Amino acid sequence: MTTITYREAMRQAIRAALQRDPRVFLMGEDVGRYGGSFAVSKGLLAEFGEERIRDTPLSESAFVGAGIGAALGGMRPIVEIMTVNFSLLALDQIVNNAATLCHMSGGQFNVPVVIRMATGGGRQLAAQHSHSLEGWYAHVPGLRVVAPATIEDAFGMLPSALEKPDPVLIFEHALLYNMKGELPDGAGPTDLDRAVIRRPGRDLTLLTYGGSLFKSLEAAATLANDGIEAEVIDLRTLRPLDDETIMGSVSRTRRVLIVDEGWKSGSISAEISARIMEQAFYDLDAPVARLCSAEVPIPYAAHLERAAIPQVENIVSYARQLVARNV
Amino acid sequence: MRPLVSRAHALDLLRAMVRISRFEEKCAELYSATEIRGFLHLYIGEEAVAVGVMNALTPEDAIVATYREHGHALARGIDMGRVMAEMLGRQEGVSRGRGGSMHLFDAATRFYGGNAIVGGGLPLAVGLALADKMLGRDRVTCCIFGEGAVAEGEFHESMNLAALWKLPVLFVCENNLYAMGTALDRSESQIDIHAKAANYGMPSEAIDGMDVLETEAAAQRAVAQIRVAPGPVFLEFRTYRFRAHSMFDAELYRDKAEVEHWKERGPVKTLVERLEAAELGNHDDLGAIETQVDAEIDAAVAFARAGTLEPIGDLTRFVYAEEAQNARLAVIPRVEPSA
Repeated sequence: MTTITYREAMRQAIRAALQRDPRVFLMGEDVGRYGGSFAVSKGLLAEFGEERIRDTPLSESAFVGAGIGAALGGMRPIVEIMTVNFSLLALDQIVNNAATLCHMSGGQFNVPVVIRMATGGGRQLAAQHSHSLEGWYAHVPGLRVVAPATIEDAFGMLPSALEKPDPVLIFEHALLYNMKGELPDGAGPTDLDRAVIRRPGRDLTLLTYGGSLFKSLEAAATLANDGIEAEVIDLRTLRPLDDETIMGSVSRTRRVLIVDEGWKSGSISAEISARIMEQAFYDLDAPVARLCSAEVPIPYAAHLERAAIPQVENIVSYARQLVARNV
Repeated sequence: MRPLVSRAHALDLLRAMVRISRFEEKCAELYSATEIRGFLHLYIGEEAVAVGVMNALTPEDAIVATYREHGHALARGIDMGRVMAEMLGRQEGVSRGRGGSMHLFDAATRFYGGNAIVGGGLPLAVGLALADKMLGRDRVTCCIFGEGAVAEGEFHESMNLAALWKLPVLFVCENNLYAMGTALDRSESQIDIHAKAANYGMPSEAIDGMDVLETEAAAQRAVAQIRVAPGPVFLEFRTYRFRAHSMFDAELYRDKAEVEHWKERGPVKTLVERLEAAELGNHDDLGAIETQVDAEIDAAVAFARAGTLEPIGDLTRFVYAEEAQNARLAVIPRVEPSA
């Protein structure tokens, strides 16, 4: 058991993948000499050289597309995009190419590319660096969308993603990079199809992922002081969604609060809520509740940004209302 | 003008072009008969580009083409029956009926589509070439696009990346003067496209795209250059689309006289005239080829019509890879020392 940061866990995962498989390389803006905009790849250039730790120009569409092309050509690229907001410049390649080529070619071609990007707010970077658009990508058949929220998943999701023959998008909440935690000895690949119960409970379920997980766990600890036992589910994967784990928890607790830093309208939280209606409506003792970001572009000023994004106290307050509600 | 070298080779080129033009005419007919649906973009007039370029490539090379790609697919050697079956939406089609006219794919000939987002294929070609370079494979990726793609950001990003990383890409711009209905000089401040590519620091040339001897020679020169000195080469083929953009196009944007003018320089007509001038062949040769080709097309149509429809139960197959594909991909290849 070693104590490391999320950033280091991610770096170790990349490093191990580069050592294990000559097809793997890392490419993106400032991943080499700069060491990565979030310092994830710091030191890797010296160890693996410029061919495999490949700095790119500011050409999201071309280098993401090149990653897709290299995957078609037999490589296992890891493409880093600085933030999900920038990934919109590569949306054509991700949605029109990566997600479609296997199906459109009748199964002749595969795109085993891994695309990593930072997501989420909380650092006063305002409306072009702070959004949580992973739910958009989860809309698209052909893609896999995952969000590691723990040290172990930061370490374990990358090797699993590289083993997939399909494109996998990894969303790393920017606030998590400095988070420290334990990486168990012998930690290995993470199951990319399954959600996981991070804290068992009987009174309600907090369904969350990524940067909202640690907030939900903190809220659950507070609630426990009041005698409310919240079960905290880390979705981990937004596509495919693990309906079984979600509905299993709903059937035990009968009350659900979805906590998501994305906006509510047309969102992954809306999708999860709809699935609960479809599959577990009669298990519910109260309507599904959602705590999401306010419907504004994330603002700069600290107090406004804080107010826009789900916080621990909001989770606690929503949870109390949900449990108090008699139907 | 390039001299004709041999009758046999000239007749091969002629046959390859006639296969395309007659196939396209059959497609138009089947479209009118509602056997083919969706979008249908015909290549007639541009045959010399596909035939010349494909002749310069080896089976190991890769092709990334456009949505006007029937000609590229046929010239690459993809079976005509399987191409036609794709048009008819049959599971015997090259893409199992999931792609249609705009999305012909064939792993056996390294034909990576059939890409219908203008400019979207260029980054893919850059990536395929990057994989070859990193794996030490002596291959060229041929990336075909129209002059309309030049206005897209992906064009410029890809030019830069290919030149910066010295990747073995043959960029083939089919300049047929119209992006759908918008003329080149109405959409570009600099209409000399090969000059744009030259600015990215790669060898670049403009070629008469109506003369198959010129297109073939230019493509051979370019491919030879890429193989000895890795890095992209850009060829702008000046050509013309004789038919409408698609079957929905009323052609309001160009004069009939202009079309007729270009037809005078049609690639089939031009080559037959060259054969006659060199006294190496004549219209009878063309007639004989057309007869053979028509028989091949009839057989292709019969094959396609006899094809089967994929069961609807298979609808969601191939959204994600299947087990067999997964196993194939798990094999780690040997990496050759980088050239």
